[in-house]
Amino acid sequence: MNSFYLNVLVSGLLIGIVYALIALGLTIIFGVMRVVNFAHGEMVVIGMYAGYWMWTATHLPPWLLAIPAGALLFVIGYWLQKLIINAYIDRPQHTQFILFISLALIITGLHLVLFGPDPRPIQDAITMQSYVFGTLRIDKVRAQAALTALLVIAALVAFLRYSTLGRAIRAAADNLIGAQVIGISVKRVYAVTAGIGLACAGAAGALISPMFDTQPFLATDFTLIAFIIVIVGGLGSMTGALLGGVLIGLAEAIAALAFSPALKTLFSYALLVFVLLLRPNGLFGERERS
Amino acid sequence: MSKRIVSSRREILAAGASVFAASAFPLPAFAQAKPVKVGVILYLSGVQAFMGQQTRKGNEFGAKIVREAGGPPMEFIYADAESKPENGRIVAERLIREGCQLLIGTNDSGSTISVAQAAEAAKIPFLINIASAPQITEQGFTQIFRNFPPGTVLVANAVARIKELGAATGVEPKTAVLLHVNDTFGQGILKGVDLLWEKMQVPIKILDRIGYDVRARDLSVEVGKAKSAGADLLMPITRVSDAILIVREMVKQNWSPMGIISPGSPGPYEKAFTDALGKYGDGYMSCVPWYDPTKKRARDIAQRFESETGDRFDLNSAFAFEAVEIAADALKRAKSQEAASIHEALKETNIQDHIIIGGPIQFNEKGQNPNIGGAMLQNQNGKPVVVGPASAAEAKPVFPLIPFDKR
Repeated sequence: MNSFYLNVLVSGLLIGIVYALIALGLTIIFGVMRVVNFAHGEMVVIGMYAGYWMWTATHLPPWLLAIPAGALLFVIGYWLQKLIINAYIDRPQHTQFILFISLALIITGLHLVLFGPDPRPIQDAITMQSYVFGTLRIDKVRAQAALTALLVIAALVAFLRYSTLGRAIRAAADNLIGAQVIGISVKRVYAVTAGIGLACAGAAGALISPMFDTQPFLATDFTLIAFIIVIVGGLGSMTGALLGGVLIGLAEAIAALAFSPALKTLFSYALLVFVLLLRPNGLFGERERS
Repeated sequence: MSKRIVSSRREILAAGASVFAASAFPLPAFAQAKPVKVGVILYLSGVQAFMGQQTRKGNEFGAKIVREAGGPPMEFIYADAESKPENGRIVAERLIREGCQLLIGTNDSGSTISVAQAAEAAKIPFLINIASAPQITEQGFTQIFRNFPPGTVLVANAVARIKELGAATGVEPKTAVLLHVNDTFGQGILKGVDLLWEKMQVPIKILDRIGYDVRARDLSVEVGKAKSAGADLLMPITRVSDAILIVREMVKQNWSPMGIISPGSPGPYEKAFTDALGKYGDGYMSCVPWYDPTKKRARDIAQRFESETGDRFDLNSAFAFEAVEIAADALKRAKSQEAASIHEALKETNIQDHIIIGGPIQFNEKGQNPNIGGAMLQNQNGKPVVVGPASAAEAKPVFPLIPFDKR
């Protein structure tokens, strides 16, 4: 029985890391541009379809497909920002909500038209395999996905910390007017940020595609989980997104063990309410701002 | 025991011709009549869209067969309840406003109840193609006609098949664990199991009942819990996506119980399931109503459906098909094209020659067809075959399950 508990906790931790990558995309867009991407789950689903189709064509290891899927979503994000979202940056929040909800509906509709409602599984042998360490059995796909997600997160942190463009993005996030004064092209920074945010969603989608069968209607679940994570972690905080993801993954696993598997999602929302009662800005929201 | 599959074009055409010939509808009777509007409510989008789309294909195929056979003209208007039970009533009311004199649907118990309320208020007959919650026919609705067994009957049939399985194979499981989706349908079947298990003195002890959310995408904990119960049988109550998730997790967690037997739920017999799991989908049993493979007409229809659509003629498509035949039969006998006349005709339904295992299609005072039989299906070599009852079986059951790591 102890090995069962351990298996569940490890499984929760691993999926939490992948959730963190999804949430990171959402939080980085908000942190820099102060817009809330309600179509984030739909971007994850685009990544899932990209992962599915690339795997079907190449049969490459699913974790490797996160790179092209991320690149594809970067391009989509970059141009979406340049062509559409930039025009809404200074508009009231409710207008932005409508824009993103419209985008979400359009993307889901397009998925349905193009691919139909059928679930599309990646039938790679690895989806049925586990790493075995004594009594501990770790799902191979999940372990590889979590490791890849960690690498992507580390690369993103390094990019933001050490590259010129990364510093420009942080400058725009910290002080928009100051960034403009020193000559940073804010529109370009926004486009790159949107590209990065969506690349996170796309990479996570490709990593998830061997775990969950791809279909158009998964998007809402991903949007909700990303929102729970970033609100628990603190909207705009990268540390919060990472730890929030892990926390939610573990909390769901513990809820399933301690109460009932059917109460997993309920427990996530309960955790959200609890955190907001104690820290209205999330676990890391205030600290990073100060 | 297994039947040869018709494969050449000539054979398929011959099969199609025999379908027309065997059809109950005389050719010239309805040439001039104005089509009756029939509203079909399904989940065409949302999490259950897959089943809804399958059901729609069965409906469209049924309409085609009826049309080719010169049956009464019907104009089918499809409406999407978007996988939300509460939407059933809204779309039903819209269809009624558009002039539909008959409703068909919905492939989900929750939305079926919702549609039944609208049909009752407007006095429009509602022909239920697939929905098993027992309470549907226990709430005093006067407009419903259900050509699908309630959960209690599904479970009773399942219990009968499980008992036969023990006798036929000499393998007697002692314990079971139930893994069920936590929605109207799942709860309905679960209540049926609880009700009938003791009543029918099933010598299998249920060790645990584990529920999961209908939108769950990860069932590793649920399967882990079921595994740790150490039961001989896993009895899943699922739909197709969750059935796939369960088997994947079982393989990953290296859990091969004596058998996996679903007591009356969709999933394992669907093409998506067998395509997704390949050899790991084999051995999974499900106790559900099914078309009778010993009837030539049923085989011909199944073969033609599969050759024309590329999909499997399964429970969804078979019951959707049969609903259209029932509607056509009622319209043929109705004195007018008004809802009240169609309702009267439906009450008098008595179709002897039909494709589903069981007796004639008739409706009792509650609107339930009590004559639907139950089959035990088992996936063998990537497709479901009837392994029980013996009168309809096309193959012998493979039991106990071949362990996943030995495949």
